[in-house]
Amino acid sequence: MGLLDVLLGRTKPVPPNLDALFALPSAAITVQAATDFAPTGTGSVCFRAAEGKAFGDIEKDVKDLLSMGEAKSSVEITADSYGFTWLVCTHQADDVEGLVTDLHAVNSSLEAGGFGPQLLCTILGFRDSSGNRLGLVYLYKRGTFYPFAPQAGERRNNATEMQIRGVLADDLRIEPELGRWFPVWGAPGL
Amino acid sequence: MARTRYATDRGLIARMGATMFLIGLVFTAFIIVIVWLLSSYSNVSSGGIVFIAVLIGAAVSFGSFYWSDKIALSTAGARLVGPQDGPMAAELHGVIDRLCALANMPKPRVAIAPTDMPNAFATGRSSKVAVVCVTEGLLRRLDRNELEGVLAHEMSHVAHKDVAVMTIASFIGIMAALLVRFAFYSELFGGGGRGRGRGGGNDQNALPVVLVMLIVGMIVYAISFLLIRLLSRYRELSADRSGAMLTGQPSALASALVKVSSDIARIPTRDLRAAEPLNAFYFAPALSATGAQMTLSTIFSTHPPLEKRLAALEKISQQLSR
Repeated sequence: MGLLDVLLGRTKPVPPNLDALFALPSAAITVQAATDFAPTGTGSVCFRAAEGKAFGDIEKDVKDLLSMGEAKSSVEITADSYGFTWLVCTHQADDVEGLVTDLHAVNSSLEAGGFGPQLLCTILGFRDSSGNRLGLVYLYKRGTFYPFAPQAGERRNNATEMQIRGVLADDLRIEPELGRWFPVWGAPGL
Repeated sequence: MARTRYATDRGLIARMGATMFLIGLVFTAFIIVIVWLLSSYSNVSSGGIVFIAVLIGAAVSFGSFYWSDKIALSTAGARLVGPQDGPMAAELHGVIDRLCALANMPKPRVAIAPTDMPNAFATGRSSKVAVVCVTEGLLRRLDRNELEGVLAHEMSHVAHKDVAVMTIASFIGIMAALLVRFAFYSELFGGGGRGRGRGGGNDQNALPVVLVMLIVGMIVYAISFLLIRLLSRYRELSADRSGAMLTGQPSALASALVKVSSDIARIPTRDLRAAEPLNAFYFAPALSATGAQMTLSTIFSTHPPLEKRLAALEKISQQLSR
């Protein structure tokens, strides 16, 4: 924010950065090659639904659009306890590219409807052979990624997260401020 | 490029700009008059008064700005909480985490005040040391959507650097008030000394100069007081606006406002008085006027009247659903 914005007390809603999402398929391959984690084929987009009919219409359009596609993908809309809406897309485990294309369709529909600033994050789900979960979280407003490894009882496995950060350092823009790696407990589809 | 639904309120921005311009104008006029007074009636005691007023005014302003977070937290009796400090703190952190990610701003520290009065405030000299504080009463009374609205409002205060802006704006008022006080004391105690031949040949000028300073100080103080309150009300409106746009839920914020305002009106006076010093930073003022008091109290108030805030939020709601 510039000085004038501060003086006049106006914050501009932050537009989302959508294109960095397409780096995800190659990052998924890197993770799979370097660690035990493999993509589950599930990804989600999280946004804060705005009140009013305009947003509801767009949300419905998005759902129709995605479920019309190939039969191998399924879409599910859930709301979390913070009032955020999660659109969970499920593809076959090896079809990360198709999944990311679907997620991007959600984003661009919201943005075309003028609701780009409502986008919070996208999560791509991973799992290792012993069932540990890992999510690659993309922050739309920062244009950066961070790993999130939840464990039972709202604890996170920082060792795994640091390991993934090292693995992906060349593939993705990892969020440099650890303070912004906020936990997404109970994220649907993770 | 997609159209935006988040238009800025040009009227509000113009009014705020005009208010700040007027504050600057009063400040400049004040300095010019003081310098003119000092240069045309150079006199040790009046020069000393101005010097001390500026010095103390600057020190007070800087101190209240630099330690704003500590002062406000200890006045409210609040304690900083981490995400692990119980379910209330965890919920608060969860909401703030998401708002920060939506707004792309660094996470402020989070505090809870053990008061039953439902309210919230944000303070701190920069966004790095900012604190967002809510009372336990607020957490108990509001549902999560309303809480999110209130927190978005408070975080807009942080983003707009309202503590810094209001400190700078108040500086002139503090200085004018100090000048009046010192001029008054010097009249009272120093005045008798003139007859006993203290000072130099300029003594016959001492009385009018100090008197003029007293009057100028009072006028400047009165004008700047009203302008600062006006500015504060505009900044509340723009924090409401930014907060509502951040969450996309203006109605949730409106509902929180209604709940908080009606609850505050009901609580006993003792609590109100204790809460008064923090008023300017609160989400809703702890003193609310009713009926006939409304018009006069409106221009002295740090917050706009409830109806005005609700009407502004309603407009945003209509904008969003179009």
